[in-house]
Amino acid sequence: MNTFSFAPRDLPPETDALRAEVRGFLDETLRDFPPAKRAFTWSGGDPAFSRKVGERGWIGMTWPTKYGGGGRSAFERYVVLEEMLTAGAPVGAHWVGDRQSGPLLLRYGTEAQRARVLPSTCRGESFFCIGMSEPDSGSDLASIRARAVPTDGGWIVNGTKLWTSGAAAAHYMIALFRTAPETEARHAGLSQFIVDLSGPGITVRAIRDLAGSDHFCEVVFEDAFVAADMLVGEEGGGWRQVMAELAYERSGPERYLSCYPLLAALMRELPSAPSERQAIEIGRQVAHLATLRAMSISVAGMLDAGDNPALEAALVKDIGCVFEQALPGLAQSLLEVAPRVDAGATDYQQVLAHCVQNAPSFSLRGGTREILRGIIARGLGLR
Amino acid sequence: MSELRVMLEDAVTRLFGDRVTRECVEAAERGAWQGDLWRAVEENGLTRPHLPEDAGGAGGSWLEAYVILRASGRYTVPLPLAETVLASWLLTEAKIDVPDGPLTIVPTAVDAAVLGGEAVTLDVADVPWASVAAHIVVAADTGDGLRVALLSSASAAEIRGGQNIAREPRDGVRFVAAPVLASAQTTLTADVVHVYGAMVRSAQMAGAMEALLAQSVQYAGERVQFGRAIAKFQVIQHELAKLAGAVAASGAAAEAAFVAATRGHPRFEIAVAKTRIGDAVDQATSIAHQVHGAIGFTYEHGLHFATRRLWAWRSEFGSDAYWAEELGRAALARGADALWPDLTARGR
Repeated sequence: MNTFSFAPRDLPPETDALRAEVRGFLDETLRDFPPAKRAFTWSGGDPAFSRKVGERGWIGMTWPTKYGGGGRSAFERYVVLEEMLTAGAPVGAHWVGDRQSGPLLLRYGTEAQRARVLPSTCRGESFFCIGMSEPDSGSDLASIRARAVPTDGGWIVNGTKLWTSGAAAAHYMIALFRTAPETEARHAGLSQFIVDLSGPGITVRAIRDLAGSDHFCEVVFEDAFVAADMLVGEEGGGWRQVMAELAYERSGPERYLSCYPLLAALMRELPSAPSERQAIEIGRQVAHLATLRAMSISVAGMLDAGDNPALEAALVKDIGCVFEQALPGLAQSLLEVAPRVDAGATDYQQVLAHCVQNAPSFSLRGGTREILRGIIARGLGLR
Repeated sequence: MSELRVMLEDAVTRLFGDRVTRECVEAAERGAWQGDLWRAVEENGLTRPHLPEDAGGAGGSWLEAYVILRASGRYTVPLPLAETVLASWLLTEAKIDVPDGPLTIVPTAVDAAVLGGEAVTLDVADVPWASVAAHIVVAADTGDGLRVALLSSASAAEIRGGQNIAREPRDGVRFVAAPVLASAQTTLTADVVHVYGAMVRSAQMAGAMEALLAQSVQYAGERVQFGRAIAKFQVIQHELAKLAGAVAASGAAAEAAFVAATRGHPRFEIAVAKTRIGDAVDQATSIAHQVHGAIGFTYEHGLHFATRRLWAWRSEFGSDAYWAEELGRAALARGADALWPDLTARGR
């Protein structure tokens, strides 16, 4: 059997001062930011907030300084992320660029591409979205049909991307298109592009979700032109690149902290002398939280050391999702308070309402639970 | 990982892999003391990984003990290794020479008056491995720390044999004016036997969890139904993926407790570990048994050596609910705003 390892890691002592600095910034900046908005965590975006984070140098922290990055360690970035998430800061606008588009371009992009988009990304002025899923392609990503066909000086794109979080607010999409017809080798013939969403032939339509928010979108390409120099990496090498990109997407602390604002709000509502059942259940959450954090930091350490912890990242995301997805139901069972969104709803009711309604998405985004468990099974040598 | 830990990992894997056979575990379950195995473990220096060299130890820390105790769980080693590690640590803290041979401890601190004189009169239940241990360590809460005493099990007036569901001895012991071989006051708190007991069980449980995963993956690869190995069915793959998550979390939680023990004040991490691992027991054991089908429910197949240990150990030194309640009351008393700062301040 292949196996996994989660060596205990300490965040380096020099991150303590940074943590204090981030907390001070968040206390100040989010003083009047209501709990109901904090509940969105990284699915809530605010460009003005992102610019302030950029001014502090907390976007692209680990990227080389020549692209506007901070040249700092993965652990320093980790500390900023976990502080932002637990505070419920509206990091959504810059989240994708910081987490995966920037790192993708640093790995596969050209010098010109990096120079063009990374500095403004670090300033919190350019935002990215991820164009992978399509109407008929979810977990079976290799079946995508959106096509890029060569033309003078670039490519003509036709097709539809779906469930694209934040597309309405994003400036760029890192899109996966088919650049050669599908053959027996299903993973061949796919390529990644940087698409400027302001160009002609691109229509972004927000899709209302069950909770009434409209942060995910449909993006339709009708003879949209993408310049040749916007191809990322190798033509036909998109599958391999996307898999590497998804490893960034799956390894972070956001995969178990999505409901942290609810846990904090629930604890605020519970009596300081709780019933036995309330104490036991909160204690269980504390134990899960502490363990997930230790595992997540261990994965950050492996990434920092240049290892490829794909199995470990999938394990943390899978058990992290189970943890955060169970919190809303637990909250409803520990307190006789209903989730509400009407004008009279308390802060706690609004936070609960958000998390109850959004929990189903936790095990869909970034690779469904089924895909992750397939990755884990492969890691165990079962397939 | 330190050089000593790597060496110990190799040594225990080799020794336990060779010597802890099915016959050995079965014989132990029938009540036969595995003296040869014990001597091999002792001769290889695996009983005192955490003690300083001048106390006859390997000069390591709790991290070295973790390597051995986790492996003892993985191989379902039928010896009082965890008890010996715990008892020898208490003796060393009390500056009492650690005798050779298997040791055990009375799992809860007794009344101070019990250890007041030169002889001890005491009747306690559920002492692990008392019937085979050469010496028994008793700790008493004196109000300003823990008094630690060493008794010979041969001096017991009566040892009433009992067993947990893993068929490990859990015995009643009665001493009547038994001589105290050595005794000393320490600055340890009254709860350390209970707390560190939960810690050593956590390591054993993390190891037993690993055994469940390894056996289940292996069996799923061998068992053929509907014309193919059941490991090829997606439903089995996903169950094993869930089991892997439970095993991974258990290992991480247990190791974090031992890391904290090397720094002092590990009660929080130990409570987290016993809670988290206990919480994983139902899921892990039910998946392992479901994957194995009927054969895994037989005595003949060895899966139960690990699952029965997990079910037994879950209830020892505080269940997951016991420790969760402590964690929950503490967290709610500190308040929601302290939860994250408290968590991030651990280990700093």
